[in-house]
Amino acid sequence: MDKAVITNKLTKKFGDFVATNEITFDVAQGEIFGFLGANGAGKTTAIRMLCGLLKPTSGDARIAGFDVYRQTEQIKQVIGYMSQKFSLYEDLTVRENIRFYGGIYGLNRADLKAKSDQIIEQLNLGSVADKLVASLPLGWKQRLAFSVALVHNPRIVFLDEPTGGVDPITRRQFWDMIYEAADRGTTIFVTTHYMDEAEYCNRVSIMVDGRIKALDTPSGLKRSFGTDSMDGVFQILARGTSTK
Amino acid sequence: MNRFFAFVRKEFYHIQRDRRTVLILFGMPLVMVILFGFALTNEIKNAQIAVLDFDHGQHSQRIIDRLLSSGYFRLRQSLTSYRDIEATFRQGHVKLVVVFPPNFTNDYAHDGLAQVQLLADASEQNTAISLTNYATSIIQSYNNEQNPPNAASPLQISVEPRMVFNPDLKGAFVFVPGVMAMVLLLVSALMTSVTIAREKETGTMEVLLVSPLSQLQILFGKVLPYLLLSFLNGCIIIALGIFLLGIPLNGSLLLLLAETLLFIFLSLSLGLLISTIAETQLVAMFASLLLMLMPTIFLSGFIFPIESMPRALQFISQIIPARYFIDIVKGIMIKGVGLGYLWKETLVLVSMSALLMGISLHNLKPRLE
Repeated sequence: MDKAVITNKLTKKFGDFVATNEITFDVAQGEIFGFLGANGAGKTTAIRMLCGLLKPTSGDARIAGFDVYRQTEQIKQVIGYMSQKFSLYEDLTVRENIRFYGGIYGLNRADLKAKSDQIIEQLNLGSVADKLVASLPLGWKQRLAFSVALVHNPRIVFLDEPTGGVDPITRRQFWDMIYEAADRGTTIFVTTHYMDEAEYCNRVSIMVDGRIKALDTPSGLKRSFGTDSMDGVFQILARGTSTK
Repeated sequence: MNRFFAFVRKEFYHIQRDRRTVLILFGMPLVMVILFGFALTNEIKNAQIAVLDFDHGQHSQRIIDRLLSSGYFRLRQSLTSYRDIEATFRQGHVKLVVVFPPNFTNDYAHDGLAQVQLLADASEQNTAISLTNYATSIIQSYNNEQNPPNAASPLQISVEPRMVFNPDLKGAFVFVPGVMAMVLLLVSALMTSVTIAREKETGTMEVLLVSPLSQLQILFGKVLPYLLLSFLNGCIIIALGIFLLGIPLNGSLLLLLAETLLFIFLSLSLGLLISTIAETQLVAMFASLLLMLMPTIFLSGFIFPIESMPRALQFISQIIPARYFIDIVKGIMIKGVGLGYLWKETLVLVSMSALLMGISLHNLKPRLE
């Protein structure tokens, strides 16, 4: 099967500072790929390059087969994106938000209608469909934001710390949605601070100082680092750099 | 195109949902025009006047009584010669002098035609205009009462107002072009820069940039609603000026609207430029207010005449777009001149827009790399 993401020595420098340093990895279609690292480790820079927002300094990357240097327009059509800020318009209603994002991805009128109805029913938002998003609880907004990121059926969806500030139960419900999307074949590329979430991923990469220090399944990582939790793995890698 | 349309519709939702925006958009021009047009003149009560009565007849005395009992005027001085008038004005208390020529009563009763002269201190233009208007209407109503209905040759008093110090009332209508410049700048530049900064602040800009919308589509989608609203606003202000304040429209309406559109485009370019720099709504707002609104108020000739500024400020005022726009609007509305006279100002505005738009588009590129 096609790889959803392939990178080869992907590098971004800002002046003398190397934000991401020759990272090489690939992500299979339908995989849930966890992209971990402390703040400033280079995660955001990497994601921005993969989304076509930032030109790499050197190295290669292909998203769904499209080149990140020359085919950014095609890439934009096949990816979805959700940031930690949920990226919904609070002064628009639930339905208006769905229609707006569907609209800018070029869905036609009939598709927009069908898609809005489907999302509202799936999320059980019928009673608040015409209420402003500002009035929704955080967890609802989060799930709506995820559905909206999938409104154009992208092959890959990038989730940049999607569960920030949300309680564990809501987070668990959110991961159920992620699994459903992955089961339908969508590739999930997710960054997170929460180590319990890392356990939910098929594979996890851990970035430290612009490099990928480890990449394996959660159980594989735990085994090779000789610890029984992802938190332990992360601590070992992070401490390794602080004593250097 | 459908994508673009979806974006523009969203912008209209934002505008419509934000009560403050709607209030600023449509309340501000109304309030400003009314404030500048009437606030000063409405305060006139018990204005101090002087009388120079060469006639001392019954009609002149009755008219004086009418004026003083109207509530608008209070007698400060009775003068005896023309020479006293200027001295009285210079002291500053007296705003209006009523002059009855010799034989006023006689002329009125026998020839049916007499003259009254009204001299107003036009260094305060609005006051001068209202005072003469009030006095004139009081004198005319007195005249009407003297006339029997259906008189064959009605009696007439011709009132001759004269403005002292500022005879052609230069600047009397300057506030409408000034208000227009201010409102359009505010709506176009401030609102666009703030709304773009808001997308950055809430993180939705990232999502838009990841979407298939091009950056130009995003910017143009942001600008278009405000272009339409600003233009509507400009039309409202012009209409208020003409119908409410009685400003003449001696030139071409089409040219006026075209120049208004040009100025709006310029303001939008300014707003875009600010939004490429400002990351938060607060910064965008302060940048707009400090960089645009203040200079426009103080240096465009809107409130303080450019001729009386220090040389350095006069020099700076040359880069204030509103200055040229005000000249253009005054030229078209009051002087009735066409593009033949205004091409220089128009050219300045066109060049400024091109420059600003160029810089903003150039500034945008590196943000995405």
